[in-house]
Amino acid sequence: MLSPLHKQLLNDYQQDFPLSPTPYRDIAEQLGVTEDQVLRAFRELSERQLISRIGPVIAPNSIGSSALVAMAVPDYDLEWVAEMISAYPEVNHNYERENRFNLWFVAVADDERHLRAVIEDIEHRTGYKTMLLPMLADYYINLGFELELHD
Amino acid sequence: MQLEAIDRQIIQTTQAGLPLVAEPYQAIAEQLDLSAEEVMQRISNMQQNGVIRRIAAVPNHYKLGYRYNGMTVWDVDDKHVDALGQRVAELPFVSHCYQRPRYLPDWPYNLFAMVHGKTEQDAERQIAIIAELLGSDVRRNTVLYSTKILKKTGLRIAG
Repeated sequence: MLSPLHKQLLNDYQQDFPLSPTPYRDIAEQLGVTEDQVLRAFRELSERQLISRIGPVIAPNSIGSSALVAMAVPDYDLEWVAEMISAYPEVNHNYERENRFNLWFVAVADDERHLRAVIEDIEHRTGYKTMLLPMLADYYINLGFELELHD
Repeated sequence: MQLEAIDRQIIQTTQAGLPLVAEPYQAIAEQLDLSAEEVMQRISNMQQNGVIRRIAAVPNHYKLGYRYNGMTVWDVDDKHVDALGQRVAELPFVSHCYQRPRYLPDWPYNLFAMVHGKTEQDAERQIAIIAELLGSDVRRNTVLYSTKILKKTGLRIAG
C-alpha cells in the first residue's frame, strides 16, 4: 500500500520541505525520481489523509493567543456540549479523553481579550466551568517524530 | 510579537496547506497579489525569527496507525520542570512537551508530554520510559487517551 517513495516523503519531509520556486522538483532530485512522481505520491498521501497538510508550522502563541482548555462534562450532556464547542471557529482541536476532565480543546484567537470572551461564552452557553491551561513553556526540540511505517 | 499584515495573510493562506502544484509559492503569491520571491523571503524571515518552526509535510499520525494518542501529565517540582521538560522532549516518541499551570486541587499536573503508539502496549512502554527518566521527581502522574477526535484543523486564527 505504501511505496518506498511514499515512506520517504512521509519520513524525510517533516521539516525542511524546500522553500524554493519548485519544491517538488527539488525533492525529486534529492530522491532520484521525477517531479511528476513526487507530486503524484504527495497527492495520494493527501487523498488518503496520511498527511494532513504541507506547509509552514507556526510556533504556538507566535500569532494570536491560544490556550488548552479542559472541561468535566457528565456523559448525558457530553454530546451536545462537544458539538457546540466544535462549532466555534476559534476552536482548532477538540478531543474526548478518558478522565473526569473528558473534553479537551485548543482555542486560538487574535488576542487575549477575544480568547477570554470565547471561553466565557462557552461557559455561559454550556453551563459548565472551564479549566484554562495556557502554555508556560514549550520544550521544543527540532526533530521530526520518528514514524514506523510498514504498509 | 506583532506581525505585519502581509505575513499574517501568508500564514493564513498556507494553513490549509500549500497547493500540490509544481510552483506552490507562486500559487500563494497570486492569491495575495505578491511575487513568489516576496512570499518565500517573508516565510524565510519568519523562520529566522521563530514564528514559523518548520515547513513540513505533516503526517496524520492517527491515519498512519497511531491509534493510542496519550496526553501524559506529570506533577513535578517547579524548580526542576524546565530541565526535566527538555529531557522528555528529546525522547523520539514525544511529539509535544509543555509546562502548563496547575489547577489545585482538581489538577495537580504541570508537565505535559504527548505520546503516540500503534498499540496500547507501545504507549504504555513509552510512558514507562518517561517515568523512568523523571524518576523520583514525579509526585503524581496519569495519562489521558483520546477516545474521540471531535475536531481537528490546522492552526487558524479567528479574527
